[in-house]
Amino acid sequence: MTTDSLPVNASQNGLRARLARFWEPYRSVPLLGWLIALLVSVGLEQLVGRPLAWALGMSKIPALFGIVVILDKPLLIPSALLYTILIYLLPMAIVARLLTGFSNRLARRLLQYPLIVSALVHLVLAYAVLYLWTDISDYRLLVARLTMIAIIVTLSLNVVNGYMGEFSCSHPGFMSLGAYTASVFTLVLFINDNRFGEAILPTSWGPFFFPIGLILGGVVSAIGALLVAIPSFRTRGDYLAIISLAFMFIVKSLFENLEVFGGARGISSQPDYATLPVVFVWTVLSVWIINNFVRSTLGKALNAVRDDEMAAEAMTVNTRKTKMVAFLFAAFWAGVAGGLFAHVLRYINPDTFGIRKLAEVLAMVYFGGLNSVTGSIVGAVGLTLISEALRPLEIYKWIIIPVMLILIMIYRPTGLVAFTEFDVKSLFQPKEAAEKGADHGAA
Amino acid sequence: MALLEVHNMTHWFGGLRAVHNFNLTLEAGQIRGLIGPNGAGKTTIFNLITGIYHPTEGRVVLDGEDITALSPNQIADRGMSRTFQNLRLWRYLTVLEHVKMARYSKLTYGLVGAFFDTPKREAEEKASTEMAMELLELVGVAHWADQLVTSLPYGAQRRVELARALATEPKVLLLDEPTAGMNPEELIQMMEIIRKVHSQFGMAIFLIEHRMKFVMELCEIIQTLNFGEVIAEGTPDEIRNNPVVIEAYLGKEVET
Repeated sequence: MTTDSLPVNASQNGLRARLARFWEPYRSVPLLGWLIALLVSVGLEQLVGRPLAWALGMSKIPALFGIVVILDKPLLIPSALLYTILIYLLPMAIVARLLTGFSNRLARRLLQYPLIVSALVHLVLAYAVLYLWTDISDYRLLVARLTMIAIIVTLSLNVVNGYMGEFSCSHPGFMSLGAYTASVFTLVLFINDNRFGEAILPTSWGPFFFPIGLILGGVVSAIGALLVAIPSFRTRGDYLAIISLAFMFIVKSLFENLEVFGGARGISSQPDYATLPVVFVWTVLSVWIINNFVRSTLGKALNAVRDDEMAAEAMTVNTRKTKMVAFLFAAFWAGVAGGLFAHVLRYINPDTFGIRKLAEVLAMVYFGGLNSVTGSIVGAVGLTLISEALRPLEIYKWIIIPVMLILIMIYRPTGLVAFTEFDVKSLFQPKEAAEKGADHGAA
Repeated sequence: MALLEVHNMTHWFGGLRAVHNFNLTLEAGQIRGLIGPNGAGKTTIFNLITGIYHPTEGRVVLDGEDITALSPNQIADRGMSRTFQNLRLWRYLTVLEHVKMARYSKLTYGLVGAFFDTPKREAEEKASTEMAMELLELVGVAHWADQLVTSLPYGAQRRVELARALATEPKVLLLDEPTAGMNPEELIQMMEIIRKVHSQFGMAIFLIEHRMKFVMELCEIIQTLNFGEVIAEGTPDEIRNNPVVIEAYLGKEVET
């Protein structure tokens, strides 16, 4: 297939054809191959990253592939670029190419066992990459954890705004309910602090009970969601948007005025329970469960309700229950994410979960793509990176991000990767067909 | 007792009486037709029977159970399914997903299954896929199973809607202008499909149709509606020659 198309392209557009030819062998690299290549890169960074950064005139390793440097210290752009090429692009390109056959065989081999084996191998590799990458600096560790939490929030909001087609604005409110609940849970039970006094249980038990705190936070959020859902799901239209926005402000001023929870100053000194593995596990869990839900007929009913509610009802779908369940489910995950968020930052106040958070989350959902798990992941990761890169602009960041959002809305109204299904099994597949094509092309 | 009985049903939209004193008895396995000029209230009657509107007066009884006050999804679950006059399909679902969706109330795996992908869910989803494929085969659109409905030709979309209605395992099937917008060839195919479906499942069918050829060939008994009231009821032959029906459709001759 490549031999037919290439000459035509070459005459039309030299650069594009050359890029396509360069990319051709990489089409047959399975996900497993990319993960191994990435692992090699981050391992290399551990070994030679620091000396290389010094040699290139940088005081430390570029934290996010050099994107933070762009606006901060423009003079270092060539160094950062060179660093990224030498540590990431070049080694990855070589390793991925060399191990194509091996990783395809391995992927095929793994799929002979139950799917869970493949999933575990991929996850362990992904975690190893993440661990080595975040080991370099605390900043990376923070960004990685916040990005994963953003994935949970974005995905859960996508269930309502994308899959169900309503417009909910209350996600920061749900996050703050989860964050406060989980914070109070850990502080009261396991930590001696001046607000809630002596710990009730031994401090060393804390990390083991942390999941219960998170789930509790999720449940409190879901109860909050019930208060929004009961009045607003009687009719369709803008009611949910208005009521949920009101709910967000009610929750915010509630916490501002409750002195028990520190009022406007908020709660601080949460224990550091939301470590990288904890956040990683919760993120994987949320993606898995939400993806399961939206792929089942019960979850697809959300699409049916969105596209034509009357038809859904005539086809035995209990539309009210469907909407309720999805909304509470989304709120639950927002609450869990809030609990994790509180224990990553170890400081929360009511203002953290205000209109700016809402803008951020909505931007992630609409940027990444409606009705798509992949889109939510792309949106959360992409927007976090962009927003870190724009950090030197401070408040002007909030002019650029909305403008980008508007452009996305104009040119891709449903987002970058909208309306796709996230099929885990096909993700792990070896790329056999492409492999054959590449061999043919090479010969 | 008949399978579906409607007693003295009247419905007001504000000050407009859309349906007046409508009665219906539909026996198991019977095919009945409902005709009438535009705006006569035919679709309103369907909407009243299937619970989308609740009648101002009167009762609807399905298989001995009073369903007048039930919601559309409960009525559908009890064995009354329908198609819509202007296709009501789901834009972002595939053909197969459409038919599977109609199995919603028959699924028992619940939220635990939906969240955790349990073996029970796998089994039920698989069974429902198999059943859906059989129905798609029956109406002849199985080869489009993985397409989005919006990419299908119009006639095929109508058949998807029919397959979807069948997936609820109806005892009574309501067809709202099943051949609207079809060309003569598609019309014949649709008639054959309806015959096939009827002979295979034996459900009672109540249909609204404008094409007289279609109604006359399929239905045992036809009701004619005008301004929300039944003006004639009888076999196709009786209806064809009934002066009241002709008048409702064509108007009265000017007396000279």
